[in-house]
Amino acid sequence: MTRPTVATAVAGPRRRPSLDRVWPPVAFGILALVLWELVVTFSGVPAFLLPAPSAIAAQVVAAFPTILATAAVTGGNALVGLVVGFVMGVGLALLAARSRIVSELATPLVSAAAAVPIVALAPVFTTMFGSTTEVPRRLVVSVVVVVPVFVSTARGLAQVTPVHHDLMTALAATPGQFARFVRLPGAVPYIMTGLRLAAPASVIAAIVAEYFGGLQNGLGSRITSAAANTAYARAWAFVVASIILGLLFYLAGLLAERIVTRTPTRREP
Amino acid sequence: MNAVELTGVGKTFDTGARGPVHALSGIELRVEPGEFVSLIGPSGCGKSTLLRVVADLEQPSCGSVVVGGKSARQARLDQDYGIAFQQAGLLEWRTVVANVELPLHVHGVAKAERRARAAELLALVGLAEFAALRPSQLSGGMQQRVAIARSLATRPKLLLMDEPFGALDEMTRERMQAELLRIADETGAAVLFVTHSIPEAVVLSDRVVVMSPRPGRITDVIDGRRPRSGSGPAGRGVDGALPDSALPDSALPDSALPDSVLADEDVDGVRESAEFFAAVTEVREALRKGSA
Ligand SMILES: Nc1ncnc2c1ncn2[C@@H]1O[C@H](COP(=O)(O)OP(=O)(O)OP(=O)(O)O)[C@@H](O)[C@H]1O
Ligand SMILES: [Mg+2]
Repeated sequence: MTRPTVATAVAGPRRRPSLDRVWPPVAFGILALVLWELVVTFSGVPAFLLPAPSAIAAQVVAAFPTILATAAVTGGNALVGLVVGFVMGVGLALLAARSRIVSELATPLVSAAAAVPIVALAPVFTTMFGSTTEVPRRLVVSVVVVVPVFVSTARGLAQVTPVHHDLMTALAATPGQFARFVRLPGAVPYIMTGLRLAAPASVIAAIVAEYFGGLQNGLGSRITSAAANTAYARAWAFVVASIILGLLFYLAGLLAERIVTRTPTRREP
Repeated sequence: MNAVELTGVGKTFDTGARGPVHALSGIELRVEPGEFVSLIGPSGCGKSTLLRVVADLEQPSCGSVVVGGKSARQARLDQDYGIAFQQAGLLEWRTVVANVELPLHVHGVAKAERRARAAELLALVGLAEFAALRPSQLSGGMQQRVAIARSLATRPKLLLMDEPFGALDEMTRERMQAELLRIADETGAAVLFVTHSIPEAVVLSDRVVVMSPRPGRITDVIDGRRPRSGSGPAGRGVDGALPDSALPDSALPDSALPDSVLADEDVDGVRESAEFFAAVTEVREALRKGSA
């Protein structure tokens, strides 16, 4: 039985992120910032095109409490949507693995959802649920999250090897036991991959959903309103916060996947 | 009552455009309680199919399959047989001991009881100290032994084994053969054993069933040279001292087995005997005749 994640994890001793591997990107980032600052200062690029990093940093400091509050709102929406979408995706995939009917109904629906730009649903949801609630955004995030989680969970659940199938039949296991003992645990690495892919997507969806009206309390709405008021450096400060939020979700997803699919190292007692 | 009784069993696979495949035809086979029967024959002659029909993993196209006096389906639902496949088929997300427990877990045996039973079985296959590891941390041969321990978990009176030693090196294989013979002796289980190796079939079996392909059928049945305890040329065994009871409820000591139990020397003695070579020749000729 080969599972990709297991194979890569077993391939060698776990490498720790050493200083050697961290400093090149950091140095590169600093260099880029310095260049950016120099170019903006000496070439006279207009502020609406590209504010200087120093100006953006000043805005980050000045608006820090607002940035934190708005990031919490957007992050909260992303998190709620992520959890709801994750549970729905796994649940649907489990049902689809159990029943032909659910499979035939859900699979094309979810595939279609993958092809549609889901954030386009945001204005529809806002009209449906009203513009004074967080529900429409969380719903958009959920729909965005369901797709990768469902697809990879379904793939994982389908990975039952013939010998495990025969084994459970020989043991006269019920379908429920089959799911509990074989299907679900075997699918865990795939489920976690789905979660890792969905985590940063949930932040993107939460931010973009804010562009389509509704409450004005999140990062996305602050970016649009700052840009509309020609406060470009301020808009960029919120963009920076969005990037950091996205990175946080990405890293959390990566960490969750690592922890859950960690395999013991081979050793002889 | 026979452990297995196949009467006029045939199996035809419908492969659609490529026409039907006659995997088995007119199979007549009886396996007595406690008997060790090997199936041998060229690749594709239906050995696995025959085993799977007995295990109720495949439905016969015709004929009757009776396992321990019941239908194959009822025997499966009642867990009357234990099965080991060519691949160990262990679950990577369970520890070694939890893998051995699996059949008992599926059937709702209480945790403490199944843990004790699994520990006992791991001791029997000599893997007691590996209980807490994951399957991937064991060698292939060790995994295979775990799978054999698992097949014994429900104390079945019938063992079905499909080339369980296929992937092992010669020395491990010989040790496992002796171990399997000991287990069969101690449990009194009947064994239906698929193999590609003529010496393996001869040294393990009471009877060797020779099959030929297209359609898969039994062409010959030859007496094997299954060793009994104390039968080795060294004559170290003590006659009649072996209690014939089933698998020990009392755990066996890890390494030192009682003198009266089938010893490696007994098995090695058979491997070096003239009768053994005669039987090997007989099986080889039967195989040659079948494929001609
Ligand atoms: N599910 C199936 N569908 C179609 N044909 C099958 C199926 N299973 C087995 N067969 C055919 O039945 C015949 C017997 O197969 P089987 O696996 O029993 O052979 P075998 O004796 O175990 O061979 P080997 O020694 O290579 O394992 C083969 O011709 C095979 O192609
Ligand atoms: Mg086979």
